Amino acid sequence: MKLSVWTYEGPPHVGAMRVATGMEGVHYVLHAPQGDTYADLLFTMIERRGERPPVTYTTFQARDLGSDTATLFKDACLAAYERFKPRAMIVGASCTAELIQDDPGGLAEALGLPIPVVALELPSYSRKEAFGTDETFYQLVRHLAGPVDRTPEVSCNVLGPTGLGFRHRDDVVEVCKLLDGMGISVNAVAPMGSEPADLARLGAAHFNVLLYPEHAEAAARWLEREHGQPWTRTIPIGARATRAFVAEVAALAGVAPVLDEGSLRQPWWSRSVDSTYLTGKRVFVFGDATHAMAAARVARDEMGFAVCGLGCYNREFARPVRALAREMGVDALVTDDHLEVEDAIAQAAPEMILGTQMERHIGKRLGIPCAVISAPVHVQDFPARHSPQMGVEGANVLFDSWVHPLVMGLEEHLLTMFRDDPEFHDAAGPSHHGHGTAAVARIPEPANAGGEPALSLVWDASAETELRKIPFFVRGKARRNTEAFAAERGLGSITIDTLYEAKAHYAR
Amino acid sequence: MTRGCLDAPVLRERGQHEVFCGLTGIVWLHRKMPDAFFLVVGSRTCAHLLQSAAGVMIFAEPRFATAILEEGDLAGLKDANEELDRTVARLLDRRPDVRRLFLVGSCPSEVIKLDLQRAAERLNVTHAPHVEVLNYSGSGIETTFTQGEDACLAAMVPGLPRTDASNLVLVGALPDVVEDQALSLLSAMGLDDVSVLPARRAGQAPAVGPNTRYALLQPFLGDTAGALDGRGATRIAAPFPFGVEGTTVWLRAVADAFGVDDATFDAATAAPRARAERAVAKVAGDLGGRRVTFLPDSQLEIPLARFLARECGMVPVEVGTPFLHRALMEPELALLPEGTRLAEGQDVEKQLDRVRADAPDLTVCGLGLANPLESEGFSTKWAIELVFSPIHFYEQAADLAALFARPLRRRAMLAGPAAVAAE
Repeated sequence: MKLSVWTYEGPPHVGAMRVATGMEGVHYVLHAPQGDTYADLLFTMIERRGERPPVTYTTFQARDLGSDTATLFKDACLAAYERFKPRAMIVGASCTAELIQDDPGGLAEALGLPIPVVALELPSYSRKEAFGTDETFYQLVRHLAGPVDRTPEVSCNVLGPTGLGFRHRDDVVEVCKLLDGMGISVNAVAPMGSEPADLARLGAAHFNVLLYPEHAEAAARWLEREHGQPWTRTIPIGARATRAFVAEVAALAGVAPVLDEGSLRQPWWSRSVDSTYLTGKRVFVFGDATHAMAAARVARDEMGFAVCGLGCYNREFARPVRALAREMGVDALVTDDHLEVEDAIAQAAPEMILGTQMERHIGKRLGIPCAVISAPVHVQDFPARHSPQMGVEGANVLFDSWVHPLVMGLEEHLLTMFRDDPEFHDAAGPSHHGHGTAAVARIPEPANAGGEPALSLVWDASAETELRKIPFFVRGKARRNTEAFAAERGLGSITIDTLYEAKAHYAR
Repeated sequence: MTRGCLDAPVLRERGQHEVFCGLTGIVWLHRKMPDAFFLVVGSRTCAHLLQSAAGVMIFAEPRFATAILEEGDLAGLKDANEELDRTVARLLDRRPDVRRLFLVGSCPSEVIKLDLQRAAERLNVTHAPHVEVLNYSGSGIETTFTQGEDACLAAMVPGLPRTDASNLVLVGALPDVVEDQALSLLSAMGLDDVSVLPARRAGQAPAVGPNTRYALLQPFLGDTAGALDGRGATRIAAPFPFGVEGTTVWLRAVADAFGVDDATFDAATAAPRARAERAVAKVAGDLGGRRVTFLPDSQLEIPLARFLARECGMVPVEVGTPFLHRALMEPELALLPEGTRLAEGQDVEKQLDRVRADAPDLTVCGLGLANPLESEGFSTKWAIELVFSPIHFYEQAADLAALFARPLRRRAMLAGPAAVAAE
């Protein structure tokens, strides 16, 4: 039993959903109770997808447990096949269904559907989300990728992007640009961006580019074994790694390394004198292993920061993280307990955190700026604009997004310096300091908007108390509106009724 | 007087339910009870659900957590119980401010038959008197979304002190500001022996007994009502206090139960009622004549459809609810326009087919369905906001209408340059 407040990774079946949602023509039938449908909102709300994930849940209830949950599963499979006409199906169980042992794989096979049906064994009580993506993609590849001739021209597959991935959408664009610059054609991008027929033809590529080892290393290793495809080890995050990636790909493809650095601004931005103030800034780096290691290298070698902490939450990839941490002279932090991470950050007292959404919250609490470099993701991690981490534009984005919170940090110092200034004093008390950002909490309530100070108006004590119950970020507006309302009517004092009369007056 | 939808047929469906489980209630319950901690005994999925449903809203260290079952816990229940005791001890050690601890059952804990009631009894012995340990189930195999609050409140009823007083208990977790408004309205009618379940703090729990009358603030509290009936209390039947009419009729029913005369009632309610009517009227213009469908979510669907139909002039097309509690809903059903299609339970694919066929102007639905429907061209309102926002009683009536009007106004604003220029 592990006490957990926030988690870095969801359960493994969410990983399977990420693979299915990234693909076209794949449907996932998940044996699960009704609450598990919450996972849809990860894709429709956080990633803002305009389509529901291709997942059918059996949503069994307590009354079904005594009778026949297996029939429920088979019916759901058939109905999903008939409605969605997928070209491949994956079936499996969530944590609760794992306990009732209905064997979704066997049940689905017995239906004899005329499409490939891949059964997933995702142990919910020992493994997590990234295992789910990696294992699901591996199983799909193993079942679908048959023997096929190599393409006449040199080509590769790009492996790893999934639904709900941190900047996967944009990384793929950048990496394909790099490949195109060397005249290498892309045979398939998978799982996100492919359909079952594309997986069947994976063997046609000459080699594989592995963007996210967390999600596709098992598939890459299998393809190497079965189809003789070598795969790339360099993750092109940062200017240096992008150059190294180009060299590695060129060697695998047997072509000349070509990199158009015309729009690579990050190295000069970093060298220019305005960036001097970045020198030696102490940063704490935490995320999934791949992104944390890449960020630590960029921080040290390309931004001139001092890495004062490095760690990852996925134990499976801990070894290289430990090696890099040793090289950087810090202790590696390998844990999925965010309270441990918080303690480590508090102890290291960095000037900035490069972390996940979890560390962003930690940073808010500790008053330390944070730039997000890795999943777990939040709606903010799916910006409307092109915002990759990889390749040439990725390097530019890293510079901007890592410097941005530090500017905010400077403002923090000013606010702290002038904390005792009466204008920064929030008379409403410190109730929101505990869970708001300090900067927001110090925004004063503006004076009367009409410019005419409402000195003659008196708030009676109960109305004043009522006003304080209103959230601070709209309290100023409520005060202004009420005072304007009272002034218009020539009222001398403001009561609770005045407050709500005004609220009703300004309603909508 | 028509019978509204009292005799209307109900379409009952059992297919894929696209709804939250009862664990979700923790997200608002732990804010309502600042000295309570909610410990879910469940899986990584439970933890992930809570963080996905709540993470966007809560940035402080929350007063809830999940004790994630691992392979070892599944092997033997004895070990699981010992593990749970250790976990609770660690937690209470870290959070000395906690006075009430809820052990919350989940799908996996129910399936492996981990007896949380006995665990709570055991832990009560260890941690009394500083901490009271209670338990309920928020599992998806037994509860849908707001039923989690019902289960939580029902779990508190057996421990409420006994009284013979003729007191009034309001039942349901509302934002403090709204709860205070309700209390002050009742106080203005001379009703001062009023308490609320759940109490904000330990030690403020309402007393119940054979002379207690209680009024539900939320429509999804059937089990809690049953438990209070079991303690001898009497329910005051009424529509729910949404909108001007709902609030007035609800207050009137409470006033009648305590013999408040008309003059006192009018004096207490006339002013807030009049301004609420004015405020709602301003928003209702955007809603009049528009057709609305509710997909099942929180059990608020029927009362809200009644409000939208009677006070905002909307036309309910289909009103789906996860569970239709006849006894509690009768006063509401009587007010719902005849011809409204009622649905209980869900088969989400078929229900979406009906939405496409009906093409309502507004569909009230869960977070998983909203953007997909929008991208098909349908305006939607997230149902979850109706649970998290202050929407009860007079002062919030216009806010409630505005929640439904905003998506429609937004769509009109974004419709084209002409619309924007005209603003």
